[in-house]
Amino acid sequence: MAAPELFMLSALVVGGAASLLVVTARNVVHAALFLVVALVSVAASFLWLGAEFLAWAQVLVYVGAVIVLILFGLMLTRAPIGPMAQHNENRKLAAIVAVALFALLTGLNVASFGGETIELRTTGAGQLGEVLYLQWAFPFVVLGFLLTVSLIGALVLARREEGEGPLPDPGPHEEIAAAREPAPTDATPIPGGPTPGREIGSR
Amino acid sequence: MESILTFDSLGFTLAVKLVAVVAFFLLAPLVVGYMEHKVLGDMQSRVGPYEAGIGPVKFGVGQLVADGAKFIQKEDIIPRAADKWVFAAAPAVALVPTLLILVVVPFGPGAWAENLDVGLFFALAASGVTVIGILMAGWASANKYSLMGGLRDAAQLIAYELPLVLAGAAVALQAGSLSLVDIVQAQGSASLLGLPVWFGIPQIAGLALFFVAAMAELNRPPFDMPIADSEIIFGHMTEYTGIRYAMFMLSEYAGMVVLSALAVVLFLGGWYIVPGTTWPYEQLGPAASALLGFGVTMGKIIILAFLMVWARATLPRLREDQLQTMAWMVLIPLALAQIVVVGVLEVVA
Repeated sequence: MAAPELFMLSALVVGGAASLLVVTARNVVHAALFLVVALVSVAASFLWLGAEFLAWAQVLVYVGAVIVLILFGLMLTRAPIGPMAQHNENRKLAAIVAVALFALLTGLNVASFGGETIELRTTGAGQLGEVLYLQWAFPFVVLGFLLTVSLIGALVLARREEGEGPLPDPGPHEEIAAAREPAPTDATPIPGGPTPGREIGSR
Repeated sequence: MESILTFDSLGFTLAVKLVAVVAFFLLAPLVVGYMEHKVLGDMQSRVGPYEAGIGPVKFGVGQLVADGAKFIQKEDIIPRAADKWVFAAAPAVALVPTLLILVVVPFGPGAWAENLDVGLFFALAASGVTVIGILMAGWASANKYSLMGGLRDAAQLIAYELPLVLAGAAVALQAGSLSLVDIVQAQGSASLLGLPVWFGIPQIAGLALFFVAAMAELNRPPFDMPIADSEIIFGHMTEYTGIRYAMFMLSEYAGMVVLSALAVVLFLGGWYIVPGTTWPYEQLGPAASALLGFGVTMGKIIILAFLMVWARATLPRLREDQLQTMAWMVLIPLALAQIVVVGVLEVVA
C-alpha cells in the first residue's frame, strides 16, 4: 500500500473511532471533544484527496467556530465533570437508522464508482474561486442571500419582546440600588448560592 | 522560489524544517519575554531582572531560562476533582496551533518552511483552534474561576476572530493571492497614487484592527479580562502549575511572535527594507539574502511586540461590555469598510 493510501486509511480509522466515541461517551463535553477529532479527521481526508482549501475551511468553520459554540453553550448551561446519566430512550432506533444509512451510502458509492480509479490532483484556491464565482455564481449568491435571511431571522427571534433595546446608561451606584426592586421573599434559596434579598456588598 | 531548507532527500528536508521551526518556536518567545521584562521594568521605574545571566553576559538575560528550569522541576499537580485527561491535554491543544502557523510564515527570501498556496487561510484557521484548548482547561479544572475565565476567553476569541479574518481578506484582495510569500512579494512593487507603499498605508485601518484583534486573541492587557487576576484569579490557568503552566505561558509569548510576524508579513512589507524597492536582495546570494531578510523581519516583529508591551504598561483593562462593543461595533464594521475600500481601489486604480 502506498503512503497516501496509508495516511488516508489512518485518517478514516481515527475519524471513525472518534465518531463512535461521540455517541457513546458518557460525558457530553467529552462527546464534543471527540467531535473535534472526528471533524479534524474529515479535514485530513479532504487534504489527502487534494482539496486543500476545503480542508482548512473545515478546520476554520467547524473546529474553530461550530465546536467552540457547542462547548460554549454546554459550559454556559450544564456540564458537570464525570459521567452523566443518559436520558436517551431512542438509542436502539438511532443505532438502526445510523447503520442503515451507512449501508445505503456505502452501497450507493460502490454501485456508482465501484472499481473506478480517480486521478488525484490538488485543486488550488484560484481554480476553486473560478468555479465558484463564474460557473456557479448564481447559486452562490442565492446561498448568500439565504444565509443573510436566516441571520436576520435569528436576530428577530432573539429580540422578540416589544420595546426591548440596549440597556439605559447606568447612573451612580446608589441610584441603581434604590431603583432595584426588592427581592421576592418567597424565592426558593439556591443551595450554596447567595442569600436572597441581599445584594453583594450591601453588608 | 524554493525554501532554502530544501534538500535532495525528502526525509532530511523534513527533519531540517522541523528542527528549524521548533527551535525558532522555543527561542523567539525567550527574546520577546526578556524584552517584556526589561521594558516593563523601565516603564515602571525599576530595573527588571538583573542578576541571572548566560555565561559572562548578565543583565538578566538568563532569567527566562532559569524560570523555565524552575517550572520543569515543580510538581505537576492535577486537582482531584479535575477531569484528568482533558486537564492534561489542554495546554498542548492551546500550544500546537501557534507552532503550526510558524510553518507557513516567511521570514526572508527562501527563509520559510512551507509556501502553501492558501498560507494565509491556513494561518487564520489554525489560530482559531487555540480557543478549544483554553475551553478544555477552563472546564476540566473543576474550578468556578477557571470556568468563568474559559467562558470569557471563548466569548472574546469568537468576537475578535472575525476582524482578524476580515483584515486578512482585505490584504489577500490587494495582493491577489492567499500565499504569504506572494503577499510579501506583492508589497515589493505595491503603490498608492504613484507613491511606493506597503499594504499598511492604504490599509492603515486594517493594520490597526489586526493589531488590536491580535492583542485580544492573546489575552494581552488591556484585553486580559479572561485572566483578570483581581477578579477571577488567573482564569483558565488558575489550577495549572509546573510545566503545563509554562506551556500556557509559552503559547502566549509564541503567539505574540507569530501574530506580530503575520502583521509584518501582511501589512509591513515582510523582509523588505524600503517601500517600493526590493533592494538589496537581488545583489545577494540566497543564503545571505535569507539571513538579512530574517533579521529585518525579526526587527519588525520586535517593534510590534514592543508596542504590545507598551500597551500593557499603559492602558487599563477593558470591561466585558466595552470589549464586546469594541469588537462588534467598531472593529468589524471597520474591517468591512476596509474590504470595500480595497475592492474599489483594486478596480479603479
